Amino acid sequence: MTDMNVPDTLLAAREAVATKQISAVELTRATLARIEKNDPTIKAFNSLAVERALQQAALVDDGQRTGPLAGVPIALKDNLCTNWGTTTCSSKMLANFRAPYDAHVVQKLEQAGAVFLGKTNLDEFAMGSSTENSAFGATRNPWDTARVPGGSSGGSAAAVAAGLCCGAIGSDTGGSIRQPAALCGVVGLKPTYGLVSRWGLVAFASSLDQIGPLTWTVSDCAALLNVLVGPDRRDSTCIDQPAPDYLAQLNQPIKGLRLGVAKEFSAAQGIDPRVQAAVNQAIQQYQAMGAELVDISLPHTDYGIAAYYVIAPCEASSNLARYDGVHFGHRTAHAVDDIVELFSRSRAEGFGEEVKRRIMIGTYALSSGYYDAYYNRALKVRRLIKQDFDQAFGRCDAIICPTSPTPAFAIGERTSDPLSMYLADTFTVTCNIAGICGISLPCGFTDGPRPLPIGLQLLGPAFGESTILRAARMYEQATDWHRRRPAGQSQVAREG
Amino acid sequence: MEIHIQLATESKMFTAARNGFGGQPNSQVDAVVLGLPGVLPVINKKAVEYSIMVGLALGCQIARHTKWDRKSYYYPDLPKNYQISQYDLPLCGEGTFDLQRAGQPARSIRIRRAHLEEDAGKLMHEAPGGFAIDHSIVDLNRAGTPLLEIVTEPDLTSGEEVAAFGQGLQKLVQFLGISHAQMQMGHMRFEPNINVHITDEHGQIHKTAITEIKNLNSFSVLQRATDYEVQRQIHEWIETGSLGRKSTMGWDEASGTTVLQRLKEEAHDYRYFPDPDLLPVEVSDEWLEEIRSRIGELPEARRQRFIDQFNLTPADAEILTGQRTLADFFEQAVRHDGDARRIGNLLINVVTQIANKLDRPAYDCGITALQLAQVARLIDADKLAASNALPLFERLAGAAPDVDAEICATEMGLLQSSDTSAIDAAIDALIAANPKPLQDFKAGKQAALGALTGMLMRASKGMNPKMVQQRLREKLGMN
Repeated sequence: MTDMNVPDTLLAAREAVATKQISAVELTRATLARIEKNDPTIKAFNSLAVERALQQAALVDDGQRTGPLAGVPIALKDNLCTNWGTTTCSSKMLANFRAPYDAHVVQKLEQAGAVFLGKTNLDEFAMGSSTENSAFGATRNPWDTARVPGGSSGGSAAAVAAGLCCGAIGSDTGGSIRQPAALCGVVGLKPTYGLVSRWGLVAFASSLDQIGPLTWTVSDCAALLNVLVGPDRRDSTCIDQPAPDYLAQLNQPIKGLRLGVAKEFSAAQGIDPRVQAAVNQAIQQYQAMGAELVDISLPHTDYGIAAYYVIAPCEASSNLARYDGVHFGHRTAHAVDDIVELFSRSRAEGFGEEVKRRIMIGTYALSSGYYDAYYNRALKVRRLIKQDFDQAFGRCDAIICPTSPTPAFAIGERTSDPLSMYLADTFTVTCNIAGICGISLPCGFTDGPRPLPIGLQLLGPAFGESTILRAARMYEQATDWHRRRPAGQSQVAREG
Repeated sequence: MEIHIQLATESKMFTAARNGFGGQPNSQVDAVVLGLPGVLPVINKKAVEYSIMVGLALGCQIARHTKWDRKSYYYPDLPKNYQISQYDLPLCGEGTFDLQRAGQPARSIRIRRAHLEEDAGKLMHEAPGGFAIDHSIVDLNRAGTPLLEIVTEPDLTSGEEVAAFGQGLQKLVQFLGISHAQMQMGHMRFEPNINVHITDEHGQIHKTAITEIKNLNSFSVLQRATDYEVQRQIHEWIETGSLGRKSTMGWDEASGTTVLQRLKEEAHDYRYFPDPDLLPVEVSDEWLEEIRSRIGELPEARRQRFIDQFNLTPADAEILTGQRTLADFFEQAVRHDGDARRIGNLLINVVTQIANKLDRPAYDCGITALQLAQVARLIDADKLAASNALPLFERLAGAAPDVDAEICATEMGLLQSSDTSAIDAAIDALIAANPKPLQDFKAGKQAALGALTGMLMRASKGMNPKMVQQRLREKLGMN
């Protein structure tokens, strides 16, 4: 099998291994070869687990490892703990941290037969929208390496888009799966809060964080999500219910699908007209397939970013307090006079700019005298945003909108202006604030010599993953965007 | 007063790591205790139930909805640099503690609240074995231990009262079985908050600033430190006119004085906020009633009932109700039909002695409640000399639990006979063999009676000594 024929999608890879068109070891080697060739440019991976991956693949070929992902090469965001290699969160603070345990999702993937290639780059502690805030350097967008892949799961999105894995795992606190998926032209899903156990995910903002899949196709997304979900007693916020099979009814179109179009999203400032045009076309496509459009209102949308940038930093300031140089992680080499100086120096050296900015915002907002004005008020907004969605989902099955207001921006373009970076999350944060689910899938490309992908977002009610996956699959079946590949990679032929 | 009580649960407050320190430093830990990246806390239901038991025993309002908050401060013995605690919705609200002291009227001490939290680790400034080091080291065995913090209203007025309250509370939690409450182990730690109101010669009242004495873990120290601090504040005012400043003090045992640790103006802003990793706790009617049923009768009510129902002395009732398990054992024995006073007496004076030697609790030292009742009946039926209860219990403690006490006593030759014809025969035989003492007695030598009795007691082994003496006196015509 030549490299051109090595599958880069998850279900195709699973099928190829299952039918022995390719051995798991061959598939792993071929994928590792692509990484070796392309990752020096893309910089999607922080670390690779070459030996381990080949061993895991060999066990699949021996029949000792089976399961729904047997032999499928998967990349893990480097904020998911693994009992092998390092878990760095792309931070100097954890550059040498080796977790003594696997994250719950890592255990599930392992049991499903997946082959882990390595850990992917992210904005430090998942704080950012471009993967530029990494202590180990920025990841490049495979469609245009002068541009960002989005973030914070930019390494995972770029790894999928560059064919460096057949599926990747990311985490999404305010759009960190969906926005890089949109910017890299792949599918990314943020599950409902509580659907996937957070055990072993290094916390950024505990009430917003969720783990989810990044893949080329909606079917791959459903297949990967099937493995991630399920109860876990170690996470009190994880629901204690068996997960449905998202693949089972995926190809059945939803008859009479009601799609909500929110006037607040349409009126949002700063939407690139190319994004607006592509999303409008997608809406027309859905109408052509018989979907009904419902005008809805999400009146508190405008307060989403403000509430998010209070709640997330507050939780982060507390979650990141443990990195103090005492028990683990970076400790200053500087001579110190007392424990406070040890804390201060270790943290000053170990954390990057954006992380420090958010710790300071969060510490300030939680301080006595400011708590009511910031944190408490943000929680009130949170309740109102939840209410908005509850009301909207009484009238529609899913809400349709852009994922990101713009296609991928240039590396360095927004690093000096945090606020412009925060606005990249305009369409994604309210989903986390309300704890509902959302998926991003490609819905077009910009013109020009280096076309850039544009992402379409479908938001669903809590535990409405089946609905948004089926709705996404309807669109995907009617379009070809998911078959495009960045220059230099083999394009995918029409299926069936 | 603030009181911290470590709960005797199997596992820690938010993880399965074993609760109960001791052992090698940092051996009672897991990833959650260490606060490693990616770990999550899970509530220990037992700790919540134990806390509710204390709340119910103190007549507290039990919150039907409570939550967990993070209290932030940086310290090396606090791995996450925040402590999971309860801020504005404590598990237990207002209640009262009835302070009973011998010879004094009972006093009602109001409880302000009681909340559940996790303990911190320990920072040590010398190496194990007492060796000097130039840095500090951390032992996290204690970290994550469930800790119930009880806060009273300012109702205690002296060191003696403070110590009596502490002891009363210790007895209560031991009775409930929710804490080992061993003071020297740090299972209970007291922090009195003290100030005095001084009335001067013009009738004007001067209130000194409140000082808090941290971490007192013996009743003697609690009493002395409180009394010392009261006097210190009074003297400071008399000598300097100063009301002092709000501060945190420590107790220095060597000098017998309180020592300033820090001024409260420097107090931390703990930045409390709800812990997003934990769900709120909802306490249903069913759950609350189930917990209430586990408490049963409280020690004070039981003590009074033991006096009324079983005619026990107040002292014996006090001892027997000190621990729920002991009281239960006592009542179990009484139900097997035996004189309650006798059973109580044997339990307190004899069984406890054996249990202590075996280093086991009295209710679980190998003697069953039935055997205890059997022995009491043997003594009351004059079949066993009270002095022989000890060897009999010792044998029973080591024997199978279904061994009958009377059969065992028979085998050991401890049973005494009350058969008068046998006793008379023994007396006659003795006198026939040794006529001299009787002749001497009849000749007026009173001392000869003692010699005769001695010889008779040796010869009549196994016979009821009371009966033997009685028959002898009758024979001599003394009755």
